[in-house]
Amino acid sequence: MITALLVMIFLAVVLGLVLGYSAIKFKVDGDPMVARIDAILPQTQCGQCGYPGCKPYANAIAKGEADINQCPPGGDAGAKALAELMGMEFKPLNQEHGVQKPRAVALIDESTCIGCTLCIQACPVDAILGAAKQMHTIIASECTGCELCLPPCPVDCITMEPVLENSQSWKWKYPVYNIEKTSKA
Amino acid sequence: MQFNNIFKFNGGVHPEENKSLSTTLPIARLPIPKKLVLPLRQHVGHVAKLKVKVGDQVLKGQIIAEADGNISAAIHAPTSGKILKISEEIIPHPSGLPDFCITIESDLKDKWIEKKPIAWKKLDSAALIEMISSSGIVGLGGAVFPSHMKLKVNQNQSIETLVINAAECEPFITCDDMFMREKADEIIQGTLIAQSILHAKQCVIGIEDNKIEAYQALKKAAQKTSIEIKIVPTLYPSGDAKRLIYLLMGIEVPKEKRSVDLGIQVFNVATVAAIYRYLELGEPSISRIVTITGNVQNPQNYEVLFGTPLSELIKAAGGKSNKTQKFIMGGPMMGFDLPSIDVPVTKAMNCVIESSPELFPSPKPVMPCIRCARCADACPVNLQPQELYWFSKSSQLEKAKDYNLFDCIECGCCTYVCPSNIPLVQFYRYAKSEIIAQDKAKEAANTARERNESRLARIEREKKERAERHAQKALGAQEKISDDEKKSTIAAAVERVKQTQQENIKN
Repeated sequence: MITALLVMIFLAVVLGLVLGYSAIKFKVDGDPMVARIDAILPQTQCGQCGYPGCKPYANAIAKGEADINQCPPGGDAGAKALAELMGMEFKPLNQEHGVQKPRAVALIDESTCIGCTLCIQACPVDAILGAAKQMHTIIASECTGCELCLPPCPVDCITMEPVLENSQSWKWKYPVYNIEKTSKA
Repeated sequence: MQFNNIFKFNGGVHPEENKSLSTTLPIARLPIPKKLVLPLRQHVGHVAKLKVKVGDQVLKGQIIAEADGNISAAIHAPTSGKILKISEEIIPHPSGLPDFCITIESDLKDKWIEKKPIAWKKLDSAALIEMISSSGIVGLGGAVFPSHMKLKVNQNQSIETLVINAAECEPFITCDDMFMREKADEIIQGTLIAQSILHAKQCVIGIEDNKIEAYQALKKAAQKTSIEIKIVPTLYPSGDAKRLIYLLMGIEVPKEKRSVDLGIQVFNVATVAAIYRYLELGEPSISRIVTITGNVQNPQNYEVLFGTPLSELIKAAGGKSNKTQKFIMGGPMMGFDLPSIDVPVTKAMNCVIESSPELFPSPKPVMPCIRCARCADACPVNLQPQELYWFSKSSQLEKAKDYNLFDCIECGCCTYVCPSNIPLVQFYRYAKSEIIAQDKAKEAANTARERNESRLARIEREKKERAERHAQKALGAQEKISDDEKKSTIAAAVERVKQTQQENIKN
């Protein structure tokens, strides 16, 4: 009887220590769900979802405040991936937030630019180079195509240029072949 | 090691060779064309950097675009002339999309720049590799990887064995075969140079048993050297570098490792000959041997300057026949349909096949997979092609990756043996390029996230700093300027003014 009790107490203490130790040692900072949702979002930082960036939107989804179909750049595929992660039913993209567009990057017409720096302040990923009263230019490789630089421009010198396929970004297409009748029966 | 045994790899196929078509005539030289179009990207790695502008006069062998970084290759003018334009032109690529090219109008004088042979025996490996990096030489077997990178050996590596790939296993292609018959000496010289740069202890040339004449020529040229020449059975794809290594040495290069990690380096015969020509004769890479075969009137091998329009080569081989539907670049197993006959000949173009319905009948109707696993028997890299097919077909890309999709060498053996005529390799190519595109998008998203986070952090920091500055100023204003102080400064100023006024009066 006593031995049994002692064994149980000993086990309880040891397991308690192990659990307590791992709770400190393997503590996860922040909500891991937010990071996982954020990893699915396209990081365009366009704010079309109604939140000031992808991370805040991920936060809102994790808290259950926002729906999973508010991200136009992610499109239906993004909503599907989010539905799978959250264990929710898939919903097609909510058109109120915008429509999915082909990838584009901003282009500044450098002869019209007056160097007002307003677009630089609007760019969420610091992809615009320039200084006050100096011509600005877009670093195309860093531009996410969020279009946030378009409205502040006082001279409308920014346009969105679609990213065209080149021999490097070209992809092999899904094989399509006709199914033909092999016998006349 | 004595290369006594031949180790047979799994699978492989033996399609009809069709090589004798183009081996009856010796290699001919194509006349210099009026216009040459040189794509800036003819190699694996970074696109070459322009060194000329429109209107410049260039000499044969002059660098017109230099290597940009380590993994890149220079491009030289294949003949003398004037730079006509630098523009986007159609290139020989399955996409049919244009890329940046330099167009040279030749002056037909073919005037060489001063050739500078290199005293390579006196130089150490590092200096030599530096020089070879501006030779424009890339792997001429078709992989077009910059050769100087393959001659570079890291400190913790050492090359034991140099393997020279003379297998040329794909049907129809005979450019290496004819080159070996006619230029065996150059190949052996180049092999010795590569062996000495790499400090390789032994060297072996692997050649398929359907090229006896080439074997004899090599044997004769290599008589006084320690180079071994080994015959391997004719079985596609024995010319794949890793398959050839296994055939000759019985060593399997593990997943995600390269042969150099095991002390083995592989070069194609034409590549080592190009190294020889660059070091001994001072001639950079400006031409290659191209097989033109299939439905043409005179199938033959030609030495063609890079940039020559393909149409010139077709004209020389007897012109396009009525039955021709398309032109295939490369062999029938791994090649692709050319988008146009106006594309230029590039460093990767080893063979062009004029296709006709007799040679390549249109594919039979595709039927469902019956799970016979014949593709698995034929796969030379021991994959499960049927599983990869199902996953690729249903776009389950993660699963396909787990089944080692990226170890697939796209040799086409599975497609060749499939009794249901399923274009298996096309599915793998689709899945691979889809995964690569997704990975790129993921990477771009990660950069965007980082940039956004660092921007927010910066804004936050600036805000804080500004707030601190304001707080300090406000504090300073309160502390320093008390009423007494104000009065005394005013008094001092009034005193100063009075003094100057008095001085002015005195003066």
